[in-house]
Amino acid sequence: MRNASAIASLRALHEVAGGGPGTVDGAAAALFSAGIAARTEGPVFWICTQPDLFAPSLAQAGLPPDRVIYVEAGDDKTVLACTEEALRHGSLGAVVAEVASLNMTASRRLQLAVEGKRTIGIALRRWRRQADAADFGQPTSAVTRWRVSTLPSAPLPVPGVGRHRWLVELVRARAGESADFELEACDEQGRLALPAELADRPAAAGGWGRSAAG
Amino acid sequence: MALAKAQILVPELVVNEAAPQADQEGLYRLALWILQRFSPIVAADPPDGIVIDTTGADHLHGGEEVMLEALVGRLAMSGVEARAAVADSWGAAHAFARYLAKPTFVADPGTGLSLLSPLPLEALRLPVAMAGDLRTLGFRTVGELHRQPRAPLALRFGPQLARRIDQALGEAAEPFDPVRPADQVDARRAFAEPIAAAETIARYIGKLVVDLCAALEERGLGARRLDLLVHRVDSRLQAVRVGMALPTRDVRRLTRLLCDKIETIDPGFGIEAMVLVAAIAEPLEMKQAVNSLMEAARPDVSGLVDTLANRIGGRAVYRIAAVASDVPERSVQRIPAMAPDTGTGWPDHWPRPARLLARPEPIETVALLPDHPPASFTWRGVRRRVRRADGPERVFGEWWKRDAELEAVRDYFRVEDDAGERYWVYRAGDGEDPATGSHRWFLHGIFG
Repeated sequence: MRNASAIASLRALHEVAGGGPGTVDGAAAALFSAGIAARTEGPVFWICTQPDLFAPSLAQAGLPPDRVIYVEAGDDKTVLACTEEALRHGSLGAVVAEVASLNMTASRRLQLAVEGKRTIGIALRRWRRQADAADFGQPTSAVTRWRVSTLPSAPLPVPGVGRHRWLVELVRARAGESADFELEACDEQGRLALPAELADRPAAAGGWGRSAAG
Repeated sequence: MALAKAQILVPELVVNEAAPQADQEGLYRLALWILQRFSPIVAADPPDGIVIDTTGADHLHGGEEVMLEALVGRLAMSGVEARAAVADSWGAAHAFARYLAKPTFVADPGTGLSLLSPLPLEALRLPVAMAGDLRTLGFRTVGELHRQPRAPLALRFGPQLARRIDQALGEAAEPFDPVRPADQVDARRAFAEPIAAAETIARYIGKLVVDLCAALEERGLGARRLDLLVHRVDSRLQAVRVGMALPTRDVRRLTRLLCDKIETIDPGFGIEAMVLVAAIAEPLEMKQAVNSLMEAARPDVSGLVDTLANRIGGRAVYRIAAVASDVPERSVQRIPAMAPDTGTGWPDHWPRPARLLARPEPIETVALLPDHPPASFTWRGVRRRVRRADGPERVFGEWWKRDAELEAVRDYFRVEDDAGERYWVYRAGDGEDPATGSHRWFLHGIFG
């Protein structure tokens, strides 16, 4: 993030969803959220309905197990109520809520709860069926909306799977422009990176830094 | 039978003095043990019973049947052979525990009469002499007695008989006096006029919490579990139980936790007394607050954890700790949310998937044996061609856990399809020796 106002705007509600089959499993979106949560200070609450998150992968995205408290709620309504409670607490680093439906009223409540706090609220949208993901276009009061889809990994000179790559689309940003980035997945500190061929192209081609994480 | 006669019949008979007093004390201690673990309202029912009001407590243990099994199982482990039954009334549960339970019995609501009818007269908790007289008159079962007109029976045997029948059928109230440990910290308040409004209950909860916290502070204790006992004017007793992750005597936090549960209290015709009990209290020492000049204070989330745990259940709020096991599903375990930091992690030289399927799903593959990744696979009806793959990572079965894993082997591969979706698949077996596994392929996780 480049300046203080950008950091201030992080302390708000953000929406993250997967693309393609990721709308159902939300794997890349979960790691993207974990990477962001890893770089905050303080405990992280992860509120979900399906307990299928694999903790070692969060540790590999920079979020050690001692920092994460999982809350397993029965349905979306309970998830939202627990998320609001956690956001109101104020001294958490981040709160990640895995929800399917998020309407204007519910997101407004979360946004009001997080305002003025030092917590980042992430609504990780995850649906039962891929067809339900059309819901992602509905207006909410989240400050930004991201879609994270998987891309083929970085090519290696030998057989094997290289560093994972994502297509990270900023679908909506309040008072900002949409954009999409092709990025390498989180490292052990939760930092994303630009693919080498993009970062190392001639300086004239663009003002990119070596790392998008800053 | 006289002792002398018994000794003649069995030459090496061991004789012990009966100790009714000690038996009763033991029963009382057992009731206290159940009070701390199962339900806030428990009473000893001498000579050989314990009565538990499970209203609102069974769901915390996974339902009535599971709770009874757990109770009987834990008693069996400590050498007490017990039978337990759940029914609509104390009288019915008393009878079922003694005549139907093997070793547990759960009566569906409203089935009291049909289940009681075939039981012998003694199931009604009648004095021995009265049961004998009834037998002389030709009565054998509860049902036969219930069908008789009441008046002649009451004339002959007094009001007790009719009352016992009504109590067993749940038609007459039967309050009981719950046990109370001698060193229990509590605060109580009786009302001149019965109260019923939620706001009034909340106000008095606030006052009770202040009293209780003062009493706890005097003894240097913090509450781990609070029971709010609500005495109604119709002598029914209701209980609200809240638990805390760490001992605390913070007035605001405890008031908030109890007030969240007001909606579960049914005031009926009014509440005449409320008692707030610290069911489990643990030492809580004064601590030096962290100075911000020396180090940053760690945010205290125990209040939030308590709020959420009391709302959705204590087991639903947890942390995950690493376990030294190579088998992926065994490498994690749930620990309480406020447990001390473990400081351990998992070895990170192999990437792990973000989502682990609860049960590995079989996939159809085209793969070269013994050690090639699949060239393509079909999962949930979609065929995917594998572009890149990494592996195998060989995981051996834990023979010290189960015999079936003595030679078991799993070979894990990370595979990536055309669209860039990455999956964690494994083959059961090493690809050569059928003893190590079925050589079928499974999908176990999804990478981000």
